[in-house]
Amino acid sequence: MTDLTPIIQMTDVSRIFGDFRALDRVSLSVLPGERVVVCGPSGSGKSTLIRCLNRLESHDSGTIIVDGIELGEDTRDIRAVRQEVGMVFQQFNLFPHLTVLENLTLGPIRVRRMSRSAAEELARNYLDRVHIPEQADKFPAQLSGGQQQRVAIARSLCMEPRIMLFDEPTSALDPEMINEVLDVMVELAGTGMTMICVTHEMGFARKVAHKMVFMEAGRIAEIAPPEAFFSNPSSARARLFLDQILEH
Amino acid sequence: MPDTARTMPLVRRLRWRRLFGTRAVSVLIYVLVMWLIVRAALQGAAAMGYNWQWYRIPDYVLERTDAGFQPGELLVGLGATLLLSASAFALALTMGLVVALLRLSDLVIGRATARVFLEIVRNVPLLVLLYVFYYVMGPIFGLNRYLASILCLGVYHAALVSEIIRAGINSVARGQWEAATSIGMTRTQIYRFVILPQSVRFMLPPLTGEAVNMIKSSAIVSVIAVAELTTAGRNIISDTYLSFEIWFTVAALYLAVTLCLSMLVARLEDRFVLGS
Repeated sequence: MTDLTPIIQMTDVSRIFGDFRALDRVSLSVLPGERVVVCGPSGSGKSTLIRCLNRLESHDSGTIIVDGIELGEDTRDIRAVRQEVGMVFQQFNLFPHLTVLENLTLGPIRVRRMSRSAAEELARNYLDRVHIPEQADKFPAQLSGGQQQRVAIARSLCMEPRIMLFDEPTSALDPEMINEVLDVMVELAGTGMTMICVTHEMGFARKVAHKMVFMEAGRIAEIAPPEAFFSNPSSARARLFLDQILEH
Repeated sequence: MPDTARTMPLVRRLRWRRLFGTRAVSVLIYVLVMWLIVRAALQGAAAMGYNWQWYRIPDYVLERTDAGFQPGELLVGLGATLLLSASAFALALTMGLVVALLRLSDLVIGRATARVFLEIVRNVPLLVLLYVFYYVMGPIFGLNRYLASILCLGVYHAALVSEIIRAGINSVARGQWEAATSIGMTRTQIYRFVILPQSVRFMLPPLTGEAVNMIKSSAIVSVIAVAELTTAGRNIISDTYLSFEIWFTVAALYLAVTLCLSMLVARLEDRFVLGS
């Protein structure tokens, strides 16, 4: 983290659905290589926050600058940002009609304009990294949830993004599969990737996060390093939230 | 005591149902009903003194000449019907896809255009539409009767096809859009590589129905004397007065084609289901 210009800069960002403020003047900056874990009660705007970063959700006011590009109406800018920002979804969202390998190469071939052979080499490389090289020719439905989510991570990585967004990547998994996905994410953290993770896996957060962001009612209630956040959260709401999810 | 009183008729009813459920009895009933219908028809025909000449029919299907077998008038007509339906269906698919994409687009003008097209086509009878294409558009744009028929059938079925395609596209999960969007694909790429291949599975059964409808409704172009199966039948009848035999044969030919089509697509569907 020698480079001190933020790779993500959100300033006073609001997102309004009808009369519901999903995001209420949120400001957040993320440095290259920084790992941010976003947590908070459901409906607090965590997902909306990270979905604004690759404009799956558009913001109504404020500015978002990602990798030097301001997100606005320009579709070309938006696509440029999306190529630099990978996203992993709660429901995996693999393409069911394509094999694992085809899922991974679709982006590189069609968006990056790589040759098929180069894309396949890249894809096999990333399948290795998520520890499922042997599943390349299967269809997503033939894999377990944990394997599917690892394929989804590999699919995002194949675009060689500078930033990875995770939207509750383990929430849809059976308990015994959560760790295989978290392990891959920890390994990814080791490579210096900029990561923003919405998750309730506090063990993971403690291990990899540089920064904890606690959200409530569309606002960022607290930003703190994990040690401080877990031992002594400054806001009462964060303390209550931690008590609830760490109870058992 | 009330229990046995209630179960007794139930047992009897079940016994009846089991009897009717057996294959032998079902077939027997079926044969009986069909025999009654056919007998009534034959008696009616006999009563009006109809002279059945089935032996003359094969020549209209396959003509035996010195050079061997040649397709007869009906078979030639069937070929024309298939060609006409296939061209019109290709047109309907293309237009239907365009209209569906317009309706799903963000463009207000696109959506409005699609709505107007749909409302007009859906609310004008096919026969009137055919007259418009042949007697109005024909002279204006120099369309011959064959082109006018293809355009008319294509436009008419495009409205229905577009609804099928739209429903198919909508049945693909939202997450697919988001995943494809998040790797930076353009809208066109997303449709082409992610959404449409997945929605084919949903669209295939209703599209088959639409293709069958197309073949059937293509008979209507006989009113502007396009040489297809129904026109061929009419021509033969006006020469020979074999109306019963010819209409039965024509109906059987349509039936054979549409049944084949349905079976073919049923096989295709199996392959698509395997991929998912």
